[in-house]
Amino acid sequence: MMIEQLLDQEQESIVDVESLSVTFGNQEVLKDITLRIPPGQTLALLGESGCGKTVLMKSIIGLVKPTDGKIEFDSENINQLTERQLSRMRLRYGFIFQNAALFDSMTIGQNVAFPLRQHGRFSDNQIREMVLSRLSEVGLPDSVVFKKPAELSGGMRKRVGLARALIMNPELIMYDEPTTGLDPIMSDVINELILRTRSRNPVTSIVVTHDMHTARKVADRVVMLIPRQRLDPGENQIIFDGSVKELENCRDRRVQQFVNGEAGERLMEMRADDHDQ
Amino acid sequence: MYPWGAPQYRRARRLCTDFMSTVASNNPKPQASTRITGWFAEWVSDWGELVISSCVALGDFCLFVLSTFRWMFSRIPRGETLWPNFYQVGVSSLPVVALTGTFIGVVLALQSSSQLGHYGLTNQLGGVINLTLVRELGPVLAATMLAGRVGSAMAAELGTMRVTEQIDALSAMGADPIHYLVVPRFLACLLFIPTLTIMADFMGVAGGYFYSNIWLSIDQHYYWTNSAKFVNNFDLFTGILKSLFFGSAISLISCYQGFNCKAGAEGVGKAATSSFVFAFIVILILDLSLGLTLKAVYESWYPGGTY
Ligand SMILES: Nc1ncnc2c1ncn2[C@@H]1O[C@H](COP(=O)(O)OP(=O)(O)OP(=O)(O)O)[C@@H](O)[C@H]1O
Ligand SMILES: [Mg+2]
Repeated sequence: MMIEQLLDQEQESIVDVESLSVTFGNQEVLKDITLRIPPGQTLALLGESGCGKTVLMKSIIGLVKPTDGKIEFDSENINQLTERQLSRMRLRYGFIFQNAALFDSMTIGQNVAFPLRQHGRFSDNQIREMVLSRLSEVGLPDSVVFKKPAELSGGMRKRVGLARALIMNPELIMYDEPTTGLDPIMSDVINELILRTRSRNPVTSIVVTHDMHTARKVADRVVMLIPRQRLDPGENQIIFDGSVKELENCRDRRVQQFVNGEAGERLMEMRADDHDQ
Repeated sequence: MYPWGAPQYRRARRLCTDFMSTVASNNPKPQASTRITGWFAEWVSDWGELVISSCVALGDFCLFVLSTFRWMFSRIPRGETLWPNFYQVGVSSLPVVALTGTFIGVVLALQSSSQLGHYGLTNQLGGVINLTLVRELGPVLAATMLAGRVGSAMAAELGTMRVTEQIDALSAMGADPIHYLVVPRFLACLLFIPTLTIMADFMGVAGGYFYSNIWLSIDQHYYWTNSAKFVNNFDLFTGILKSLFFGSAISLISCYQGFNCKAGAEGVGKAATSSFVFAFIVILILDLSLGLTLKAVYESWYPGGTY
């Protein structure tokens, strides 16, 4: 019975990261990360700045080539796909970049319409309608359509990035710090949008966030990474994997510090690191 | 660092760097007696690293070029990516190429006239000026202007896109960055550099003519007869063929520099500068090697003819 359940779970995972390692030059950012995400789950990825959250998400969609390990999406090893298969596969992803990554030679409207024009056969009218409705969902007025990204505020750009990623109704959405730099009300609008997107379609989401409020509100499961340098020998880089409730009751000192936002002895550690160098 | 690098290159490099760090760690702090070896090992490992990283970069560049060609022949880029680039290369660059072409023509006339005057060959002036322009200076000048005006702008633009993750965003939305960004730029340079070359040739010829005839009042008849005698179709073909090579080199080098841009404003600046420097060096190398090849070709086609 137990084994059957386990087998079931294994078949079900839509994202399957197996002993992933990523090294840049001499810097080992991720090592031996194993993560299975079943379809429909919303996973919050926590961890201090610089621990490799963005790198992990980029590896999942194949933007960063892993040094070692395997990544499967819907049972296909994405590092063995040809460029063309990979680009078709990417229709099924939505990626919200940490700094929005809007194309600054295009207007907001063209930015949001980009995935539609790239892949879909939609009429201009349909495209305009979809763009406007996505923009209003993220709380932006129609008047932004003809502006260039440089004319918007940081938070507005972020929301445009969100609209652009959601327009193709992807199956897997990756939010890289979707609420950082937004005011509390707008953050909650984004939280609601994440929840609404999930209730409308059966999407799987990964949300990188530093905001415990977001994690509490949207996540079914929380995974916490810590930087390689802070690991005890032989310890896995994922130091926590469980529900939000378990996170709050977790006894690990490092997890507690993160949840409560206390520097603790981390400040001293960082100074010591500086002296070492 | 080399996003287009094939795993085998990376593996090779890792092996070599591992080896070198072993060498280095065997000589951690040179003692007095081993100072020479320590110094020597460091020197060798520095050079080794330079050689290896150059080879890796060259291999990486070749893969980049290959994938550009693959995309170029497999799918036509969309119009909206092509037209702005065509305009930048073909239209916006014309005035500056025309201007520099004129000046080069005049300067060439100025210098050659005094030199030829010593030998009493002033009547041959037309031939000398126009041959030099059509074969060498026209294509090289047009290419240099293109590398400076368009090439470094391409490197800076693509570099900024790399640094601000726009290139990642393109791939994330299923558009291939090489197909979307590099192929249109390559095509623009390849298709329009002949126009620029012809423009430089024409304005140079005009500038030389005006200086020689109006300033030096050399007989028009001799000027043109000698030009026609010296310059033939093969020379014009030589110039245009060279320019095609220059155009491809400029666009590929600039795009590659942009794609491999390091982080920050400094990285973008560096990408722009080094794209010009590399492009210019490659233009000169190509010019020399194509000159030699075409000379050989000419001599085998027209035995007895003087190139
Ligand atoms: N392309 C790259 N080349 C070299 N090093 C990189 C590259 N991308 C990331 N890194 C390194 O990997 C580490 C992790 O980076 P990453 O962007 O994943 O951090 P993060 O967890 O997303 O942090 P933050 O919360 O600040 O966004 C950093 O130390 C960074 O220097
Ligand atoms: Mg990040």
